[in-house]
Amino acid sequence: MKETSITRRRRHELIIGAALLLVLAVLPLPIRDVYTRNLIIITVLFAGLAQAWNILGGYCGQISLSHALYFGVGAYVSTLLLTRLAIPPTFGMFAGGALGGLMALLVGWPCFRLSGHYYAIATVVVGEIGYLLFLNWDWVGGATGINIPYVRSVGDSWLWLQFRIDKLPYHYAALAFASVAWLVAWLIEGSRWGFVWRAVKDDPVAARSLAVRIFPSKMAAAAISGALTGIGGAIYAQYVGYIDPDSVMYGQLSILIPLPAVLGGVGTLWGPLVGAAVLIPLSELTRSYLGGSGSGVDLMIYGGLIVVVALARPQGLASLIGVRVRAPAGAVDAAAA
Amino acid sequence: MPPLLEVDRVSKSFGGVAANVDISFDVHEGEILGLIGPNGAGKTSLFNSVSGEVTPDAGEIRLAGQRVSGLRPEQCSLLGIARTFQVVRSFDSMTVLENVMVGAYARLSRTRPAMARALETLEFTGLAARADTLAHSLTPAEKRRLEVARALATKPRLLLLDEMLTGLTPVEAQSGVQLIRDVLARGITVIMVEHVMEVLLPLVHRAVVLDLGRVLTIGAPTEVVHNPDVIRAYLGDRYAAA
Repeated sequence: MKETSITRRRRHELIIGAALLLVLAVLPLPIRDVYTRNLIIITVLFAGLAQAWNILGGYCGQISLSHALYFGVGAYVSTLLLTRLAIPPTFGMFAGGALGGLMALLVGWPCFRLSGHYYAIATVVVGEIGYLLFLNWDWVGGATGINIPYVRSVGDSWLWLQFRIDKLPYHYAALAFASVAWLVAWLIEGSRWGFVWRAVKDDPVAARSLAVRIFPSKMAAAAISGALTGIGGAIYAQYVGYIDPDSVMYGQLSILIPLPAVLGGVGTLWGPLVGAAVLIPLSELTRSYLGGSGSGVDLMIYGGLIVVVALARPQGLASLIGVRVRAPAGAVDAAAA
Repeated sequence: MPPLLEVDRVSKSFGGVAANVDISFDVHEGEILGLIGPNGAGKTSLFNSVSGEVTPDAGEIRLAGQRVSGLRPEQCSLLGIARTFQVVRSFDSMTVLENVMVGAYARLSRTRPAMARALETLEFTGLAARADTLAHSLTPAEKRRLEVARALATKPRLLLLDEMLTGLTPVEAQSGVQLIRDVLARGITVIMVEHVMEVLLPLVHRAVVLDLGRVLTIGAPTEVVHNPDVIRAYLGDRYAAA
């Protein structure tokens, strides 16, 4: 079969992805500064989380605002398995991912009967219910949260995903997570699912006339998106060593997870990465230089910059570096949501 | 062998407005049937019933003897009914090739064969040169062609064309007619709704005329245009006698 533009583009994406992975693998090595290393880890983690959201929100076009719930469920499941049953987080994070995906299916079951803005609003409410349940659920620590113990008997360990002084391994954990999320998105783009989901986003009526089953398509996208987000939550929990509803399940997190994807370019492979690389450092810098005064100037400037980007580049920042942008209309809708 | 499509006493109303009343006709394999009638005659409603968009209130629709009325659009598509839309519905964020691949995936689960079929369909419909263009930047005529290509990629037995030639320039309409002839030559049965009578009548084998939701007459194009009822429906009572 003759080579098409699609197969050529996909090969280039894989090469660029591998090169980027290599750069990110060595990036923190010369950096001794703990603050900067932390910034890089969080940026990489959010690149992965935004990519996970992008699978449902970008490719399938379902603007979910309940991803904090899947993130939190992943964090809680792996942490509870560790503290109650002494199961290593390396296994626990897959259980967290499974539960995150299951939760996304439970939310999707009723919410996908709604579409557009109504769907988005319903997910906000569901996310808030989840947050309140965990806040008042004593068995999972309630508002006090759970402290993740350092298991002394095993010491620093990849199996237990615990590293006392040197936080560099967490960078590789986050990088592995982001790479998997990227690879999943890449595989989806080239498969039946990717095409069908984008059709569902663009025009459900036309999609149905081409034998596309809408509801199962949305559910599949939600399950994958929720599962990846749950795994991200589990890794984050091990990294920070303490979780409570206000740190892993708060409503604003459901905005922070999609934000890099929305500003970088929804429904694109590179959008979430570019968005995270710009947004996360930006939010940290405004906070460290302007925050702390209690006046909220940092958040005003951060918010203002987001508005400027959304107005100037509705199709996403990734379009600046020549990434083909698929969804100009969708990007504007998503930015407005 | 039963006819490919049997429309058997189909009625459908929307909130008290009768869109289709007791409509019956058959379509035979390899045939091209025209569905004509003034605005509001119920042509698109009937298309929606056949393609699964809506369920008839009464009556039955059968494809090759199998009941399809009441099935969902995605099931109708799998059984071999494909359609285009009166108001064009392209997947605007996707390229022309990607649009047609969505259709190809209806029967193919792997990407390589789906892409091969999509490319072959683009070749057939004369859109190959536009494969990498985003659908939303196509001309209206190309968008209609894209809808046909997308529908053909599902390998249908029956193709429903809803005003595919409306709003096109005479030259574009002529090449649209040629495309329809090519589709027929492939053994695909076609039902087309059209306002442009002078384009439609030489093309179709038979025409069904609808008026106010009812079948006015069914027959060869020449019979149909000389039917007094048809003239009355289109031109009014004064011309019927002439």
